[in-house]
Amino acid sequence: MAIGRNRWLPHVVLLLGVAIFAFPIYLAFVGSSHDASTIARGDMPLTIGPNLIENYQQALFSPVGERVRATPALTMMRNSLYMALAIVVGKISISLLSAFAVVFFEFPGRMFFFWMIFITLMLPVEVRMIPTYAVVSNLGMVDTFAGLTIPLIASATATLLFRQHFLTIADELVDAAQIDGAGAMRFFWSVLLPLSRNNVAALFVIMFIYGWNQYLWPLIVTTGRGRETIVIGIVRMIGTGEAQTDWQLIMAVAMLALVPPVAIIIFMQRWFVKGLVDAEK
Amino acid sequence: MRRRTIFRNKLLPYLLLTPQLAVTVIFFFYPAAQALYQSMLFEDPFGLRSQFIWFENFQTVLTNPLYLEAARVTVVFSVAVTLGAMGPALLLAVMADQVIRGATGYRTLIVWPYAIAPAVAAVLMLFIFHPTIGQFGQGLRALGVPWDYRIHGGQALFLVIFVSAWKQVSYNFLFFLAGLQSIPKTIVEAAAIDGASPTRRFWMIIFPLLSPTTFFLLVVNIIYAFFDTFGVIHAQTQGGPGRATTTLMYRLYRDGWVNLDLGGSSAQSVLLMTAVIALTVIQFRYIERRVHY
Repeated sequence: MAIGRNRWLPHVVLLLGVAIFAFPIYLAFVGSSHDASTIARGDMPLTIGPNLIENYQQALFSPVGERVRATPALTMMRNSLYMALAIVVGKISISLLSAFAVVFFEFPGRMFFFWMIFITLMLPVEVRMIPTYAVVSNLGMVDTFAGLTIPLIASATATLLFRQHFLTIADELVDAAQIDGAGAMRFFWSVLLPLSRNNVAALFVIMFIYGWNQYLWPLIVTTGRGRETIVIGIVRMIGTGEAQTDWQLIMAVAMLALVPPVAIIIFMQRWFVKGLVDAEK
Repeated sequence: MRRRTIFRNKLLPYLLLTPQLAVTVIFFFYPAAQALYQSMLFEDPFGLRSQFIWFENFQTVLTNPLYLEAARVTVVFSVAVTLGAMGPALLLAVMADQVIRGATGYRTLIVWPYAIAPAVAAVLMLFIFHPTIGQFGQGLRALGVPWDYRIHGGQALFLVIFVSAWKQVSYNFLFFLAGLQSIPKTIVEAAAIDGASPTRRFWMIIFPLLSPTTFFLLVVNIIYAFFDTFGVIHAQTQGGPGRATTTLMYRLYRDGWVNLDLGGSSAQSVLLMTAVIALTVIQFRYIERRVHY
């Protein structure tokens, strides 16, 4: 069936698309392998330079160049990792529990609570940034790990997804568990959780990327450099974006900031696609 | 919606809901209510006295020419980002749908930019589009374009639109590809047998059948352009030069966080919240109706 008469046209267009995505990253990588003055003169070649290892060593352990003084990328990556993991684990746990309550129990106010969770879809952190900051500040959580992560862990998306999945679980399984004398929590641990592995994996990928890439909230809630995440740190490094700055270090840190989430998407692509498509249903 | 078999337990469901509800009430509802309350409050600059003034803050915000300018920038920015992210994504998805071998390989090669933080993408592009050291910046100047986004407002706006759209293509691509692959091949083949050209087949059959996906992505992309692109603007232009790239979101950040105008920024928060709620409601109403497709 000859839908496209041109057999090579799709490949040409797709490869062009791939090039448009990949080329900027390649240039940034090249930038991270030269020295500051080559870049500042504006004659950086299109090939890898001689300073690759040296630049990454500097970026990871002590990014202090001529103009730039930043937190070591290793520290910032650790901060980002902890933040992302806390958000992921927090979101998945509280959503599993609340979806379990809404689906498997009958109690007064059930739908009311469900809608309460649902409505949070419409309140992105950006629009309630200042009053949320005020709450965090009143609780004494500014520039703490709890203040950074807890306000981000409520997730209507995850709750809706788990609810959807729980509704497909056969009644017979619940009956069987009850006949065997399993209580609600035993059923949750021994039946429901193992059956939800796929959903947990899919959400893990989506939420990890969401967490690692957070920008506005960490920007206003972390003040000390010790807690700086790598996404915040890289923007602080460019300052006003002059030609005469340590671009080789900035590009090395940028590569380090994008490698973990990109690697997760590539290696866990099946889960990523599933999570993305399911989460938006 | 309701299950037949349920556990009988009076207290346990409330305990299970407590963690999520606590976070939701403390960090979502209470702040949102605060924003609503403060949007109707006038506070003197020292925070000593405050007065309830109903909708005066909204009046002040909405008659402020700078706010209206930011609204105009937001419209241009959001429309451009949405079109710039969805158009190429649709083209790539249509192409990938035609590739029989290697479609998954292409998906891998196109999907990963989704993982890059908007702020990090902004930093990379700053390096590439820098007027004196960036490869593209130099290239544009060599072609005679007076390229310097730090001076020319239009160029700055173009740059933030380009970066924001560049990053969002992969997301749209995934959904378009999934949508295309769910269209029954028999319908398209029937049209081909009737002698419809590929272009005609696309516009008369594939595109209409894809409309639920397109509509869904339209809403998602507008919300992305409103809020998630803050990192791009903050990293690249800080709303400048002048106010060329100051969107409503960036203005909210400036007025609330930098200039500490509580009443005005709360009114802006409430206005943006209303916009998100309206978009979400439209989306859900539409999704309910698309069952008839």
